[in-house]
Amino acid sequence: MVEQKVVDPDYLILEAPRERKFITGSQAFAEAIKRANVDIAIAYPITPQSETMHLVGDLWAQGYVKDYYRAEEEYGAMSAIAGAVRGGARAFSATSGPGLLRGLEAIVSWPGHRIPAVLGVMTRVVNAPLSIQPDNVEIAYLLHSGLIVFHAENQQDVFDFTLAGFPISEKVDVYLPVVVATEGFFVTHAKGYVELPPEDMKLPPRDPYKAPVPPTDCEIPPARIQRDAPVQKSNFMSYLIHAVWQQEVWSANERARKWINHYLGGLIEVVNPKAEVFIVASGCAAAQGREAQRYAEMEGLNVGLVKVRSIRPFPTQELREVLKDAKAIIVPEHNIVGWLCKEVKAVIPNGDRVVEGPRVYGGMTLPVELIMDEIYKVLGIKKEKKTLV
Amino acid sequence: MAEEKVIKPGPAGYIPQPASFLGVDTPPPGKALLYGEVVDEEIAMREAAKAMLTRRNPTIFPGPLVLWGYNTSAIEKAKAVLELAMEIPNCRIIPMPDYRPKYPKINPEAEINPNHPNLTILHNKIEACIFVGVHCHYANLSLRMIRAGTNCFTIALCAEMGHEDAMVSLRDVHADDIRRFRDVVVEMRKELGIEWEPKMPPENPSLPKEEWTNVSPLDFGEYAYLLLPRKGEIVEESE
Repeated sequence: MVEQKVVDPDYLILEAPRERKFITGSQAFAEAIKRANVDIAIAYPITPQSETMHLVGDLWAQGYVKDYYRAEEEYGAMSAIAGAVRGGARAFSATSGPGLLRGLEAIVSWPGHRIPAVLGVMTRVVNAPLSIQPDNVEIAYLLHSGLIVFHAENQQDVFDFTLAGFPISEKVDVYLPVVVATEGFFVTHAKGYVELPPEDMKLPPRDPYKAPVPPTDCEIPPARIQRDAPVQKSNFMSYLIHAVWQQEVWSANERARKWINHYLGGLIEVVNPKAEVFIVASGCAAAQGREAQRYAEMEGLNVGLVKVRSIRPFPTQELREVLKDAKAIIVPEHNIVGWLCKEVKAVIPNGDRVVEGPRVYGGMTLPVELIMDEIYKVLGIKKEKKTLV
Repeated sequence: MAEEKVIKPGPAGYIPQPASFLGVDTPPPGKALLYGEVVDEEIAMREAAKAMLTRRNPTIFPGPLVLWGYNTSAIEKAKAVLELAMEIPNCRIIPMPDYRPKYPKINPEAEINPNHPNLTILHNKIEACIFVGVHCHYANLSLRMIRAGTNCFTIALCAEMGHEDAMVSLRDVHADDIRRFRDVVVEMRKELGIEWEPKMPPENPSLPKEEWTNVSPLDFGEYAYLLLPRKGEIVEESE
């Protein structure tokens, strides 16, 4: 283990010199955890989700992570995360697909319990027929619980989002869990270049007393509420406390915007902001969208890309501004339900500008040609089918 | 200052939108919120002082971070809160000692509770109040419910980043800042021509005098067994 010194989060995330490494997405998660001063990692690390939690276990063996807890299954893992965080620890876990859904009841209770933790989600489909291939439909299940949800395009995003996830999560005005989602296999098992800050630096330890709620005490809500559910008793005041509690979770989600802007450079990234046609995408679809934008530029077409980094909070105002003059908006996705497409349509005027797709699922790759076909269609260009580049 | 105040004394309605949904964010360091707008601290303090001096039944609600003397800064802060209360004519102090839901109901003259803070506000006809030393989550719940159902002017003296749902919200407030606010109160009092000799707020009439002789394990209800050593158990160390 390398001797590490505590540095300011702003320095570690934004200013420290970086060195380029060629690593997998799972290794990128582990490199972030190595520098995050994590107290405890808890997981039910099945195979073949990804090797992320195995690598984090190795960090525990080396001494970078103070404790490692292998739970009996995902519900236990995610419940144990809540307990550890309420007890004052900084915690990390990762899961995917069916495991995510098994732990979902515990996970979606984290925001209401004000649990600042970071959860890696390597998407791999939740539905039968079983698949272990990349398909991000499970992100749809995370969007309405108050969680902060980032969607990483590549290994670099995995590292940056995970490391920044801790200080964002622990800001007193936020204090919500952060999910860092990325496509299994395409990102977790494949290698890419990642710029890493020095490994002899780490975040300051979590200060559980700098918090909007007291540390664990079974005599205060929400612990007490869970035990005897007094706020659910039927009188008007009880409903009101529950309502304002939910408002507080989503208010905290709103307050995260400024910290996402600070640490990640914004909720979205825009390429060619004056474009006539935009590709709006997140995760791996953004990588393919980036290629499509490049191809289009090579062909002299005025196409732009909006990469959505943060799904929650959602970049409503940013998208309205960037897309206000767009003639058409193409939303490629790695799932059948089109959750990002629905989100985009819901927040911009003239939703009929949005092209619903292309979508691939069940582990299929997303060829750039599929996106190019949609670009040609909306621009009225008739093309012979041919192989690009 | 915008013509229409974003956050103003209620009642704002059955279930009003929280301030953050209306575009109000916590103030940056060195600034304050006044009716949802970012302003200089001095301006916010003067408006808060005016409210506490001119509205009915001004009351300070100290929370656990002031009441329980966790550390020297908390004790110092509690002293500063008392000094502030002394300068506000007829100011009362009603504590928020913890956040437990209490059933069948609280005594609204004795305490305020974040699960139904409007009971205390309405029962005591409080039209101006200060939250200090309340954990942000519970302060936000309370401020929202008070704005929804009462006409109380709310002031948040927050040790962290502030509160969008208060009419006045100061951030990073510690003992020195409370004393600075006390000085603004005194200055404003003179400007308004209000004569007042500083004196301690009245004892809370609803709370029996604590003599430290009547604490019983039974006070701890179902948790009493945690206090009592088991047969044969010898407790040698405690935190």
